[in-house]
Amino acid sequence: MRLFRHELRSQLRLYSRSRELAFFTFALPLIMFFLLGSVYGNDRIKSEQNVRAADYLLAGMLGYGAIATGFAGLSIMLVIRRESGILKRVRATPLPAWAYVVALLCTTLIAFALEAICMVALGRLYFHTHTHNLFSLGLALLLGAAAFTALGLALTSLIRSAEGSSAVVNAIYLPVSFLSGAFFSPHSFPAALKAIANALPLVYVIRLVRDIALHNQQIWDRPGDVAVIAAWGLAGAIVAARRFRWEPQEG
Amino acid sequence: MTPVVSVHGVTKSYGEFEALKGVEFELRAGEVFGLLGPNGAGKTTTIEILEGYRRRDGGEVQVLGVDPADAGLDWRARIGVVLQSSAVYENLTVAEQLAQFAGYYERPRPVDEVIGLIGLEEKRDARARRLSGGQRRRLDLGLALVGDPELIFLDEPTTGFDPGARRRAWETIRSLSALGKTTLLTTHYLDEVEQLADRVAVLREGRVVASGTVQELVGGAPTTEIRYRRNGEVVVVETEEPTRVLHELTAAAIRRGEELDGLEVRKPSLEEVYLSLTQAEPE
Ligand SMILES: Nc1ncnc2c1ncn2[C@@H]1O[C@H](COP(=O)(O)OP(=O)(O)OP(=O)(O)O)[C@@H](O)[C@H]1O
Ligand SMILES: [Mg+2]
Repeated sequence: MRLFRHELRSQLRLYSRSRELAFFTFALPLIMFFLLGSVYGNDRIKSEQNVRAADYLLAGMLGYGAIATGFAGLSIMLVIRRESGILKRVRATPLPAWAYVVALLCTTLIAFALEAICMVALGRLYFHTHTHNLFSLGLALLLGAAAFTALGLALTSLIRSAEGSSAVVNAIYLPVSFLSGAFFSPHSFPAALKAIANALPLVYVIRLVRDIALHNQQIWDRPGDVAVIAAWGLAGAIVAARRFRWEPQEG
Repeated sequence: MTPVVSVHGVTKSYGEFEALKGVEFELRAGEVFGLLGPNGAGKTTTIEILEGYRRRDGGEVQVLGVDPADAGLDWRARIGVVLQSSAVYENLTVAEQLAQFAGYYERPRPVDEVIGLIGLEEKRDARARRLSGGQRRRLDLGLALVGDPELIFLDEPTTGFDPGARRRAWETIRSLSALGKTTLLTTHYLDEVEQLADRVAVLREGRVVASGTVQELVGGAPTTEIRYRRNGEVVVVETEEPTRVLHELTAAAIRRGEELDGLEVRKPSLEEVYLSLTQAEPE
């Protein structure tokens, strides 16, 4: 436990020192929210029960933040650490593997929690959004972000090089965010695209967040969505547990 | 006394390629052991099997009384590792990095003491990304020493060190050995081996082709070289019977009333022995 606390402190410091990562996963979703909100925040979305666009967008942006921080940021950072050999070196010390991994996941979740707080605050102050049921909302975001970190860990085992990592990761999470309606309502998307989106976890995260924050529901009113997200997270955790590598590709 | 590390008949293949074909050697407590061999001889493969990173295909390995293939965290606390390629966190300073690793051990060496050992006092608060290649390598060595291990594996630790830093690293390794700690070192610098290693093994194509102290290696070479100048030209005679050949040479010269200019009798240097061991056609 002492080792875990030591590692968590170190990981938080490392995270806060990494400017690229902080921008990519932390600031970018906030900036997107600000930009998109300024463009169409005051519209009403007819296809979505006439809700205010800013409210609608906030849920999408929280989901986008979860996938950017938990999935994209984590996996890029880990692949870089693995390929530079730092993970291999850590394995030669008496630090238990679980302590390293859990500290890293906690760091990621803490970063996302801060980001989500900033996002909700930005919405309140600037776009006059309304967010209900903060407790349920927090649980839903925690669930979503945790599932994405598990998927992010799993993804690292499929990426071969540090150079390729951001290309692969961007090619996955940006289209997924787009398809899942993080940026605007997917109402007018062709059926095929909708079908793809409905197979992916982000749609369920965003819908859950929206139902809670906007339609005044609680997380336990939505067991179906929760189950899909948890199942994706579990699948990611299983792949990660089986395939996670500490050593760089060349051995 | 039981050896600190023992390696018997270790084999390892990468696909079809046999990288190790029955490697044998032992490390005694407190010694510095040098593992030599040309590129691709199998040094890193051997050392990473001992560190527990790679699996052997066959043979017996004991490191600190344990098979590294199933060693636990307590065992790891007793070894220090420098890998062939450096790896440090780019965004941490020298002192932070050492403190982070120190925290993994029960009884680490004080961070500032380690910074002194690796001579990075002036870079104490510089982030790793701003270090030069050799300074980064020194930090790497510091990370291996900060846990105060009893057994240290160094895979080409001084590559990229300037001559001063290399001497300081030698001092550090000698001081470890004076404290009873054991070091396994690979290197391509033969002067490093002559300065540091109590014993060496020379690997070639996955086999140990010679081992012993440096003196034994050099002394065990069968030929002696006799050189002199005659009519301005250097004559070199290599012989396995130096006493007889020298006697005949000098006797002949005395008969002719000549002086053998620049007469020298010497054993080959470690470098020459090394080259003949690693370059000669295998029998
Ligand atoms: N992961 C691997 N996959 C396939 N072949 C490998 C792998 N690692 C090493 N080899 C091969 O095994 C042989 C021994 O490699 P090793 O790295 O042990 O050599 P070395 O003695 O450390 O060389 P160097 O002095 O260049 O560091 C080489 O021919 C190398 O190509
Ligand atoms: Mg090597």
